[in-house]
Amino acid sequence: MLEIDNLNTTIGDTEILKGLSLSVNAGEVHAIMGPNGSGKSTLSQVIAGHDDYIVTSGSVYYNGKNLLELAPEERAREGVFLGFQYPVEIPGVNNAYLLKAAINAKRRHKGLNEVDAFEFLQLAREKMEALDMDPSFLNRGVNEGFSGGEKKRNEIFQMTMLEPHLAILDETDSGLDIDALQAVAKGINAMRNPKRAIVVITHYQRLLDYVEPDFVHVLSEGRIVRSGDKTLARQLEEKGYDWIRGMADA
Amino acid sequence: MLEGSIKPMSTEPKYIESLVNRRYEHGFITDIDSDNLPPGLNEDIVRAISKKKNEPKFMLEWRLKAYRHWLTMQEPTWAHVHYPKIDYQSISYFSAPKSDEERPKSLDEVDPKLLETYEKLGIPLHEHAKLAGVAVDAVFDSVSVATTFKEKLSEAGVIFCPFSEAVTNHPELVRKYLGSVVPYRDNFFATLNSAVFSDGSFVYIPKGVRCPMELSTYFRINAANTGQFERTLIIADEGSHVSYLEGCTAPMRDENQLHAAVVELIALKDAEIKYSTVQNWYPGDENGIGGIYNFVTKRGDCRGNNSKISWTQVETGSAITWKYPSCVLRGENSVGEFYSVAVVNNMQQADTGTKMIHIGRNTRSTIVSKGISVGHAQNVYRGLVKVMPQAKDVRNHTQCDSLLIGKDCGAHTFPYMEVKNPTAKVEHEATTSKISENQLFYCRQRGISEEDAVNMIVNGFCKDVFKQLPMEFAVEAQNLLNVSLEGAVG
Repeated sequence: MLEIDNLNTTIGDTEILKGLSLSVNAGEVHAIMGPNGSGKSTLSQVIAGHDDYIVTSGSVYYNGKNLLELAPEERAREGVFLGFQYPVEIPGVNNAYLLKAAINAKRRHKGLNEVDAFEFLQLAREKMEALDMDPSFLNRGVNEGFSGGEKKRNEIFQMTMLEPHLAILDETDSGLDIDALQAVAKGINAMRNPKRAIVVITHYQRLLDYVEPDFVHVLSEGRIVRSGDKTLARQLEEKGYDWIRGMADA
Repeated sequence: MLEGSIKPMSTEPKYIESLVNRRYEHGFITDIDSDNLPPGLNEDIVRAISKKKNEPKFMLEWRLKAYRHWLTMQEPTWAHVHYPKIDYQSISYFSAPKSDEERPKSLDEVDPKLLETYEKLGIPLHEHAKLAGVAVDAVFDSVSVATTFKEKLSEAGVIFCPFSEAVTNHPELVRKYLGSVVPYRDNFFATLNSAVFSDGSFVYIPKGVRCPMELSTYFRINAANTGQFERTLIIADEGSHVSYLEGCTAPMRDENQLHAAVVELIALKDAEIKYSTVQNWYPGDENGIGGIYNFVTKRGDCRGNNSKISWTQVETGSAITWKYPSCVLRGENSVGEFYSVAVVNNMQQADTGTKMIHIGRNTRSTIVSKGISVGHAQNVYRGLVKVMPQAKDVRNHTQCDSLLIGKDCGAHTFPYMEVKNPTAKVEHEATTSKISENQLFYCRQRGISEEDAVNMIVNGFCKDVFKQLPMEFAVEAQNLLNVSLEGAVG
């Protein structure tokens, strides 16, 4: 589903990704781990299409399409979802309104009928219950006054509502307490599907105890230096990132 | 063709980054024979206007007093707006469509070209007015053309007619109330208006009557160099209630056009007036050339105890907007409200706000002002909350928010608070914010286009004002906002 080949990107004058390659197929759960500054967030932003990041060489193909040619909203409508590391607040626009607009934008793109308010609310209530969320938050401004944990739960909630084909979750687990973590993990696991690929970007092993990945990749200094299965994550936890840096130099 | 023209606003040698390709929807000129007076202003012109309207003596005398006083006045320059000097002698002060000679008694008698104009402007006087139950008094180039629903309103005892008609048919009401809220000496533009006002709306709601429908009027400036000087007078007698909608459109022109209207509202004991405006005058092109100058005096007098006057406006047009819809809170327990969304784009300028003058005891005022600046535009909020010494237990709350879109626009706030009674509670809150790139990216990553994202965020910003608008207007207002913001985020 996702083919990244030898990707190089810069932001301003700084090179961040230096020859990153990655292959993700439908039905798979990948974890990407790495130290700060390795380029984890850059990767997710580049896939989402943030124009601060310039791709200097390499390619990104999504279901055979050149993803880099599509605008961010087009990528989203094609089924790419990014769970932001720092979800932004949008006061005055309530969560329900944004989500309904997003769902309908996607449906229009696919030539489907739009959902009406009633359908939307029913669906939303269902998904919120599964995530242990208070339904009143639908009326609140997007992420307005949300705690870190609530923001991350909101990202997962949006994911469950939008049903993407490719979900990239950028440090969705950071700042969560055990209860929130378990709720989030539950949400992610419920999204597992032979037609869907999930890429979890994380610092810590913790989330991966609940969301078992099929593949683990280690990102260091702008590229993937090692790939393996879930045991790799455990090794990393034990040996630390210096172990990886050693590998990168090799 | 008329000689002379107001010189267009000079462009600054700055490169304007944000591209605005908005084609002003209502940009066209009706090809109708207008009965214009030659340009220029002198006593003869004032007399001619009065004569054309068959006005009684008292009206002519009032006009002349105003005109003579105007000659002694200086044009004010304190506002935070810049415009080339207006040549008052190059404006024609009267323009009417030919079919004015015999007033049409029904829509069937109206010049079909005019009706076509209204269709284009989205004012189908026929079905829409009937379905929506809105009585439309269409003012076309200084003369009111059609008034519908007169019968229905007269059943309720409501008088809703062109101002010129009121002068002839209800002179006692006009004499009693005209100039009692905005005296003819009030300010330069109001004085000019008092001398040369063309037409407008007159509304009188009798005691205890709740006006059965929303009253509405449309304005339109057509002929070049024609100053539009509307005069509107609304009187809500004791215990009555009325909601009035004012919506404007104007065609695309190259010369600037002066619009100096005066609106007076009087609410007697226990009465309530709700006055809503959606203003869409031609704002000038992206270089600031050719837009309307909207220098308006609007004031409401809460004359009776427990009365209430509420101003709601959505202003997206005009090259320059200079207006302060205000409330004089005379009656005890009276309430004044001001809800405003003002959008300026490209080279538009706005210096607007409100004045709440608290004279009576236990009076309250609420001000919610939302300013949106885009492009190189400058938006100024100027507000006065004045509490007189005898006004005990006054409460005011002001919320003044500015939204800046882009790097080159500006928002300025000049709040004035003159509180002369120690029991008053006056609160002022102000915020300034931007639409951040991160907010836009977030929306786009959810599949929402950038334009829709801007609209969503701006609508969220304006929510508190929009919810004050009557339903009919709220949708128009939102669409208007969306159109004004096209190309805002470059």
